[in-house]
Amino acid sequence: MFNTVISLNQIVKKFGKQTVLRDVNFQVPSGRIIGLIGPSGAGKSTIIKIILGMETPDSGQTRIFNQIMPNRKLLGKIGYMAQSDALYEQLTGQENLQFYADMKGIKKDQAQVQIKNVAQVVDLTNNLGKRVSGYSGGMKRRLSLAIALLGFNQILILDEPTVGVDPALRRKIWWELQNLRNQGMTILVTTHVMDEAELTDDVALLLGGQIIAYNDPYSLKQQYQVNSIEDVFLKAEAQQNENNIYR
Amino acid sequence: MRTISIAKRVAKELLRDKRTLMLMFLAPILILFLMKLVFSVNSTTDVNIATVNVKSSLIKNLDKISHIETKTYSSDKKAQQALDDQKIDAVINYHNSDFYVTYANTDASKTNATKAALKMSLMLTTIKKLQSTLQKIQARMPNAPKEENKQSKIHNYYKYGDSQTNFFDKIVPILMGFFVFFFVFLISGMALLKERTSGTLNRLLATPVKRSEIVFGYMLSYGGLAIVQTLIIVVFTIWALNVEVVGNILYVILINFVLALVALAFGILMSTFAKSEFQMMQFIPLVIVPQIFFSGIIPLDSMANGVKVISYILPLKYAGDALTNIVMSGAGFIKIVPEIGVLLVFLIVLTGLNIVGLRKYRKV
Repeated sequence: MFNTVISLNQIVKKFGKQTVLRDVNFQVPSGRIIGLIGPSGAGKSTIIKIILGMETPDSGQTRIFNQIMPNRKLLGKIGYMAQSDALYEQLTGQENLQFYADMKGIKKDQAQVQIKNVAQVVDLTNNLGKRVSGYSGGMKRRLSLAIALLGFNQILILDEPTVGVDPALRRKIWWELQNLRNQGMTILVTTHVMDEAELTDDVALLLGGQIIAYNDPYSLKQQYQVNSIEDVFLKAEAQQNENNIYR
Repeated sequence: MRTISIAKRVAKELLRDKRTLMLMFLAPILILFLMKLVFSVNSTTDVNIATVNVKSSLIKNLDKISHIETKTYSSDKKAQQALDDQKIDAVINYHNSDFYVTYANTDASKTNATKAALKMSLMLTTIKKLQSTLQKIQARMPNAPKEENKQSKIHNYYKYGDSQTNFFDKIVPILMGFFVFFFVFLISGMALLKERTSGTLNRLLATPVKRSEIVFGYMLSYGGLAIVQTLIIVVFTIWALNVEVVGNILYVILINFVLALVALAFGILMSTFAKSEFQMMQFIPLVIVPQIFFSGIIPLDSMANGVKVISYILPLKYAGDALTNIVMSGAGFIKIVPEIGVLLVFLIVLTGLNIVGLRKYRKV
C-alpha cells in the first residue's frame, strides 16, 4: 500500500552493560505522520540517532530509501530537530537559518525564499533580525523547528517539537505538519503529549527496548479497549510490568 | 562552500563576543607592557657590605666598584646584628690575616656580587703593591725602559640591539608565539566544547556537511584571528616597547599563523576530552605550562640532556626557535624552513586526528 522510507531491522543497542534497544523492528511508510511514544529513557532519542547515523547499532540494520545508513548524502533529504534547541545564540534568527541553509546545500536565491517561508510557518518573521540570546524559550523552539523545515526534505524527524510552545501555535504547527504530510512528506515525531499522539496517523509504542504496539490511534484504542492514547500507554506499561513479574 | 560558511559563522560569533576579543587583543599587550617594566632593569642590584677591621685601602677599592657600598662597624657583633636586621647584605671580617665573610644569602645575585667585589678589590690592592714595588726597582735601575702608562680602552659593538638590550628582548620573540598559542588553544577549545554541549554540533552533523569541512572552517577563522593578533603584538612591541626586529615581519606572521593552526587543532582535540569549560581549563597546567618551560624562555642549553628531549615534542619550542632567529638574527626563509616543516607535521597529524575524532558524533 505504502512505500517504506525508513526501515529498522532487528536493532540492538547497548550502552555499556545496559541494553537500551533489545530488538527493534520499525517500518515507516511514506507520506504519513508517525508518533513515537514511550516513557522517558525508553530509547526514543536513541532510535532517532540511529536513523540519522549518529549512533551505530550493535546489531541490526537501518535503511532509508532502501539505502543502508549511515549515509552522509541522504542527510540532505532529512530535516532534523533535536530535543535541545541547538542554536547559535550570538547570531540572529536570520543568520541561524542562513547558516543551516548553507549546510544543507541550498542555493542562495532559493534559500531566501525558503527562509521567508519557514519563518512564516513558525510565526517568527518579525523577530528574525534579533539575536537568539534575546529570544524566549518558545521562540527558540520555533526557530529550531524552522531550521528543521529548511531544504528539500522528504523526511522530517522531530524530537519533542512542541515542548514550551503555547497552545495556539502548537495547533498551527500540527496543522502545518499535516499540510506537509499531504504534500507527501514523511514525518516521525516523538512526543510526551498524549493528545498530540491522537493527531498522528500511526502511533508506535516503545517499551522495554521494543516496539510493542504499532497501529493507527483508533485501532490501538480498540486493541487495548480504552478511550484515549494516554490510557493505551498506561495499560501497555502496566501489562509490561506484569510480564516482568511473571517472567 | 560549507567551509567558508562555517568560517564566517565562527568569526561572527567571535566578533560579537566583545570580552573574548578584548582578552585576545588587549591581554597580550598588557602582559608585554608589564614584563617590559619588570625585566627591563639591567641587573643593577645594590649591595651593602659591612666591614670590620678591614684596611682602609681595601675599603676604598670596594667603594670604587659600582653598586657596592660599604659601612665600617666597630665590632663583629654589631655588624652581625645589622645583618640580622637586614640592613646589610654581607659582613667582611678581617681577622688574623684572613677574611671571614658572612652572607645574608637571601638573594643569590647579591652574594655573588659580594664575592666578586671582594676578589676584585683584593686583586687591585695586590696590583697597587706590585706597581709601587716595580717603581722602586725602576728607580734603582736607571737604564730600564720607562713603561708607557697608557691604558687600553674597550669599544663595544652589538650585533643585535644596543647596550640597553636585556632579558626582556630575549623573550619577546618567544612571547609573541606563546600568546597566539595560548589564546587560540583556549578559545577554540571552548568554542568547540560549547558547540558540543549546546547540541549544535549534533545538529550540524545531521546535515550533509563533511567532518573535514567543519575542521577546516574553524581553521580558516582562527587563522585569520591569529594574523590580526600577531599584527597587534608586533606593532606594539616594535613601536611602543622599542624592541628591534631584525628579520622580516612577514615571516613572524607566517610562523604565528602556522602556530595558531596547530594551537587550534590542539584545542579542538583536547576539547573532546573535556566535559565542561572547567575541565577545559584543567588542560592549562598540563598543556600550556610545560610549553612555557621548554619554549626557550628558560635557556635550553642549561638543561640536562634527558630533559631537553621533552622539548622536541612541544610545538612552541619550534615556533620559539624560529621567531628568535627571525627577530634577533634576521633569519631568512630558508633558515626557518625546518621549523615550519615540523609545525606543519604537528598540524597535519592533529587535524587528521580531529577529523577522525568527529566520528564519535557521526559515523560517516
